[in-house]
Amino acid sequence: MSTPLLAAHRLAFGYRGKPVGRHVDLELRAGEVLCLLGPNGSGKTTLFKTMLGLLPPQAGEVRLGGRPIGALARNQIARSVAYVPQAQAAHFPFRVADMVVMGRTAHLGPFASPRRQDHAKAHAALDALGIGGLAEAEYTRISGGQRQLVLVARALAQDAPTIVMDEPTASLDFGNQVVVLSEVRRLAARGLAVLLSTHDPDHAFSIGHRVALLDAGRLVAHGRPDEVLTPERLRAVYGVTVTVERLSQGQTVCAPDYGVA
Amino acid sequence: MVEGTGAIRRTAAATLSDHRLAIAALAAGLCALMLAASLIGAYPISPGELVAAVGRRLAGAAPVGQIDTVLFEVRLPRVLAAVLGGAALAGAGAAYQTLFRNPLVSPDILGVSTGAGLGAVLGIFLSLPVFGIQLTAFAVGLATVALVYAVASVVHGRDPILVLVLAGVVVGSLAGAAISLLKILADPYDQLPAIVFWLLGSFSAIRRTEVWATLPMVLVGLLPLLLLRWRINVLSLGDEEAKALGVEAGRLRLGVIAAATLMTASVVAISGVIGWVGLVIPHIARMMVGPSFDRLLPTAMLLGGSYLLLVDTLARTMARIEVPIGILTAILGAPFFLWLLMRGREGWS
Repeated sequence: MSTPLLAAHRLAFGYRGKPVGRHVDLELRAGEVLCLLGPNGSGKTTLFKTMLGLLPPQAGEVRLGGRPIGALARNQIARSVAYVPQAQAAHFPFRVADMVVMGRTAHLGPFASPRRQDHAKAHAALDALGIGGLAEAEYTRISGGQRQLVLVARALAQDAPTIVMDEPTASLDFGNQVVVLSEVRRLAARGLAVLLSTHDPDHAFSIGHRVALLDAGRLVAHGRPDEVLTPERLRAVYGVTVTVERLSQGQTVCAPDYGVA
Repeated sequence: MVEGTGAIRRTAAATLSDHRLAIAALAAGLCALMLAASLIGAYPISPGELVAAVGRRLAGAAPVGQIDTVLFEVRLPRVLAAVLGGAALAGAGAAYQTLFRNPLVSPDILGVSTGAGLGAVLGIFLSLPVFGIQLTAFAVGLATVALVYAVASVVHGRDPILVLVLAGVVVGSLAGAAISLLKILADPYDQLPAIVFWLLGSFSAIRRTEVWATLPMVLVGLLPLLLLRWRINVLSLGDEEAKALGVEAGRLRLGVIAAATLMTASVVAISGVIGWVGLVIPHIARMMVGPSFDRLLPTAMLLGGSYLLLVDTLARTMARIEVPIGILTAILGAPFFLWLLMRGREGWS
């Protein structure tokens, strides 16, 4: 088998004096969507930050294309893996096109500004997500869902073989969730590797090739969605009763029991 | 689809040339102001006399009467110093605001001005030459911003911007106390008047030596800001996002702080503490061309140069006595700051 694009080996992660999780093994290969599920506070974001080299591992290691991430310069990391953070309110009213073209930074020399082809890539990324019309809008004045899409466009403009997305659907309405998730699936079909966290088991069923379930900093299960996301496990991790149903069209959905008959 | 993309390209091109137009207009405005400011003053010079004097100078002919002395020894150095000072303070302010992701920080609020002021007072106290005063101003200014930044990063769990501003106020007032101490220790007949007048902020004592000592220092500070303008822009997204986009955030931040502090300190060393320019001008520049640092920096510098030249020309012509420029910039800047506060976040754009 080929070298994984992004891998964690026996990884312990957290902040100085405050360990969050340990014993995490993950591998991500080209063309694959790996969904990370876990309750609030289970350490998803901290794990992602460690896998992106933003936090030093407390033990074990992160490998990017087979090389330890600690040995790589920032722009080397950024050319290999793009990060889509959760959309927050920005401090300065950048134009959307300016925001997206920042994804090209790792491809520019230290003293260079984006050139014509970089701006073209930024616009192509916006068009690919169907938000080309927002290019001239101010990033601070668009909706939270649109902001999230803009950050996905920025990651596309970054042209990295791997994309890590921290809850990309968290602030999106129903329609935009579908837009982002189908785009994730398309990216994987194009050969990109995507690691994303989500709170919705249905997302893992619909787009995940594999699922990892994180609870209190440990990977409690890891594998195909239908193997990992069983009613028993979901009850154990989230403390709620759910039914997992396979629809006639072949889609699998997860229906929680709200206690009202 | 193709049509839509074309429309986007056209708008982008239009926006870009709009900004170029704004920057060119500001540059033309600055040149006109410099010309006017060279003519106006206690000893008025007519445009014809100006042209003749410059012609004599270029031809290497002997100076005629007082005009050449007034123009080349006093007025032009002062005009250049005001432009240089305004441009440097506004450019440094734009860098600090982008770096700290906070439109309300400035050399004044971060304590850099007061720190550099303390360094310069120390230089005057030790009877150092201009270059020595610049060095002490830079060293103490840098130490002040480092202290402010260290205090702000140690205090966790509060609004980081508020902590930064409060730390700046605290460290700034400490530096102010140290300045007062030096005033008490200074020679009351020789050094004290120099220190007091200098602290009020003024370009009145500027001669050619000061201009030639300051220009290279400002350029040395400006060069990294110009070269790294795109990365500084990315840094305004915050350390984490900037790192994920491929920027060595920590190193870049240190470099930009050092560069902006050098620009501030080298101006403070010759003109004294001139407040508000570094806060107010970058705001106006951002309203004109948006927050992108590659456009913000030249706009803020041109605007700052024009503004300070205008205020300095007022300071030396509006009354029989010279009004210290620091007083004027405060009278103009304070209401603007209050207006920004009242407009709230909206005004930060």
